[in-house]
Amino acid sequence: MTSFRLNGHDISVDVPEDTPLLWVIRDEIGLTGTKFGCGIGMCGACTVHVGGRATRSCITPVSAVEGADITTIEGLDPAGTHPVQEAWKDLQVPQCGYCQSGQIMQAASLLKDFPQPTDEDIDAVMGGSLCRCMTYIRIRDAIKKAAAVTGGEPSNG
Amino acid sequence: MISRTAILRLAAGAVGLGAVAGAGFLAYALHPAIAPIAPPAATSFSAESIERGRVLAAGGYCAECHTRRDGQPGIPLAGDYAMATPFGTIYSSNITPDAKTGIGTWSLAAFTRAMRYGVSRDGANLFPAFPFDHFTHMTDGDIADVYAFLMAQKPVSSVKRENTLPFPFSMRILQAGWKLLFLHPGAYTNDPAHDAQWNRGAYLAEGLSHCSACHTPRNAMGAEKASAPYDGAPVDNWIAPPLNATNPTPVTWTEDEFFQYLRYGVAPLHGSAAGPMSPVVHGGLSEMSESDVRAIAHYLANIDHADARQPGDAQHLATAMATSTRDLTTPQTADADARLYQGACAACHANTGTHPVLGRPELALNNALWLDEPTNLYQVILRGIGTEEGQDGITMPSFYHALTDTDLARLAAYLRRTRTTLPPWTDLEKKAAAVRATLPAPPVAASH
Repeated sequence: MTSFRLNGHDISVDVPEDTPLLWVIRDEIGLTGTKFGCGIGMCGACTVHVGGRATRSCITPVSAVEGADITTIEGLDPAGTHPVQEAWKDLQVPQCGYCQSGQIMQAASLLKDFPQPTDEDIDAVMGGSLCRCMTYIRIRDAIKKAAAVTGGEPSNG
Repeated sequence: MISRTAILRLAAGAVGLGAVAGAGFLAYALHPAIAPIAPPAATSFSAESIERGRVLAAGGYCAECHTRRDGQPGIPLAGDYAMATPFGTIYSSNITPDAKTGIGTWSLAAFTRAMRYGVSRDGANLFPAFPFDHFTHMTDGDIADVYAFLMAQKPVSSVKRENTLPFPFSMRILQAGWKLLFLHPGAYTNDPAHDAQWNRGAYLAEGLSHCSACHTPRNAMGAEKASAPYDGAPVDNWIAPPLNATNPTPVTWTEDEFFQYLRYGVAPLHGSAAGPMSPVVHGGLSEMSESDVRAIAHYLANIDHADARQPGDAQHLATAMATSTRDLTTPQTADADARLYQGACAACHANTGTHPVLGRPELALNNALWLDEPTNLYQVILRGIGTEEGQDGITMPSFYHALTDTDLARLAAYLRRTRTTLPPWTDLEKKAAAVRATLPAPPVAASH
């Protein structure tokens, strides 16, 4: 039995302890916003937050998240209006959309570490989140747009 | 030419000397049994003593080695932990107060003799897998508190498996010779050249918490090499890094870095407590007072001459930070190894700015990249780090199925080449396979 918090809810699952966290999220709990991409932690589609940090759930055994606080795309913002999600909508970032929940989770985490990221910062951190539709340019723009809202410029008021 | 008579005389003399020495050795090696007692009631100890003993038992990691981990996990302190040594496997004893299978019939005197001299209640010499060469330095009061704590636990009937030590290593009498050479019994005495905090740290690090048991290499007889204290050593398929001035990380292990690491499981400029070091922090030192952990950190920072080495730290930190995003910010680097690093690692490890973000370990600073062997780097990549290890609440995935031994070798070579100034590691693929062979396999994350 492994216990953790998922999107603010206490969860206990009775699965073999080496079950990938992604399988638990999708199959046991039924939240399918988090996607299965490559299955080897190389594409970023399965990215969730563990303890606030972007984590690839397809290769994280569930036993490794005992007691952790986990957030998926469904829990990033109760109304789906996280600044990154708003920027994604404003700039119409997704094309097919499959990788986008992972992209958004990685981007939200990026902005916590680097509130005003440069193009280089974005490339360095987001380079491992693949998009077959090549929406990279819009992803970068949306991250900057979200940064303008979250990090904000120093206020005069 | 020496006459036949002279030879006989010499031989007789040698036998005589041997007999005297042998008698002396036997007198040293043989210990009387200490009479068994009826197991004392938990109520015969004060709550304060039991609580102090609980903290001390945590800081000495008693349960780490006295709880079975393989196969069917055991009850804490009931023993049967399999300890692999170069001489064979030793299974730890049951230290719950069960009268038949544990230490229930041990008096305080018997327990103190075991801690200080490595002798069982029945008089048999204990193997130094039990670090009595460290516990001997504890005060009588601390030993009595640990005794109170152990005797207040629920008795568990549990018989350990038989040791697999081959003859002659199985002969307990020979342990007396080991002790003659390597045991320096007696409680720690303060070094007047140092202040109270240093002495407190030395008392804990050298005695109860026995840091050098893993961080000092051992000689052919399994004793810590007196000539190489804290030089670092292999342990449980990891490397316990050097804790002295030979530690190769670019930024010094200062008192504060040691404190952060030992208290919270992560040193911001060095890395996290993973593998065998994780329970030392999270199951052990976390129970101790902040001032005691600070004292250990203070002592260790003195051992590694942090004060003398620290002036170079700012420059080394700046150099490390400058290499962090190397190969990651160009549209597509031609270096295939760098692309592997970008796909698998950089999302969590790339740093910008002047200091690494906490929770985003900077590999250019990390212990694992600067050691003589890639062992720890491979361990962490293959196992990952659970939320209860290292930094609290966050995790690193296991790349066991994601990366082949060739991939691991490429990553290790790339990081060593681009993030350190040290010579390349050798036989990387072979070593990757060797570390992998020590780990159980997690499942393949197949599509569904």
